[in-house]
Amino acid sequence: MKIGLLQFPGSNCDQDCIDAFRRHYSMDLQTIWHTETTLPSVKGIIIPGGFSYGDYLRSGALASHSPVMQEVVRFAGRGGPIMGVCNGFQVLTETKLLPGALLKNASQKFICKTVALFGESGSSAWHKSLKGSVTRLPIAHGQGRYHCDEETLAKLTDRNQIVVRYSSIDGKFSDTSNPNGSMHAIAGIVNDSGKIFGLMPHPERATDVLTGGSSDGLRYWKSFIDLCS
Amino acid sequence: MPSQYEVVVELKREVLDAEGRAIRDVLRKTGATAVEDVTVSRRFVVSIADSESQTYVENLAREFLANPVSETFKVKKLP
Repeated sequence: MKIGLLQFPGSNCDQDCIDAFRRHYSMDLQTIWHTETTLPSVKGIIIPGGFSYGDYLRSGALASHSPVMQEVVRFAGRGGPIMGVCNGFQVLTETKLLPGALLKNASQKFICKTVALFGESGSSAWHKSLKGSVTRLPIAHGQGRYHCDEETLAKLTDRNQIVVRYSSIDGKFSDTSNPNGSMHAIAGIVNDSGKIFGLMPHPERATDVLTGGSSDGLRYWKSFIDLCS
Repeated sequence: MPSQYEVVVELKREVLDAEGRAIRDVLRKTGATAVEDVTVSRRFVVSIADSESQTYVENLAREFLANPVSETFKVKKLP
């Protein structure tokens, strides 16, 4: 089984994804450059973190118009699973494959730290693995504040599309446990089919306790691999 | 001769303008206590061929330059 990994000019978390998959799943990701107009035969697509196109215009905005993203939209239309991390989440919202937008952090600061994430209820592959538990992943972003209008937030809540929310280590919600001011402390959501997942924290940086502080990232990737299989 | 249009993109009123707030707070701390609020917007100047009109620029603004989830835009032809 092959899983694709998009690369834009400015993507910088692609190598961590490649390392994580090779080390933990003996799998070589198929890299796909942003100018490609056809996709290789892959069962899923990862959109990695970084600063694609320098975050010019808006984070993920220019990348969403790259040739490869037109093919990714068609892939999504055929039910293909996609996981977008950090800048990848931003690209997914700019492409409208996920609702909402990621805005500048409320504190105006770039935040780089490990956060706790509470798993919400839902039926996607990620919900099944994470529901009711607290995982710890690092975040590293200046534009991670999730925003949508009230109608969209109601839909996300009613349809159980919120996967993880920033919380305390014991799963409680407060302003202090929300690092970037995200609406409803949203850290990651799926689309209505449950096949497209976008999250701001970095699971590829938490696959090994020695280097990541936790190996909780493996639970996110395992769910994705199972969905692709 | 190309025509020039100014596109100003702003955050919607209901969206927190964290950058504007930070600027306001620093201005006040440095003595500009009369400052009540600051909002930050972005200005693009788009030069287009004469064969196209303001509608063309408005479409560009709507589809590309502004994110309709969080931003609004205004387009004005420049002299």
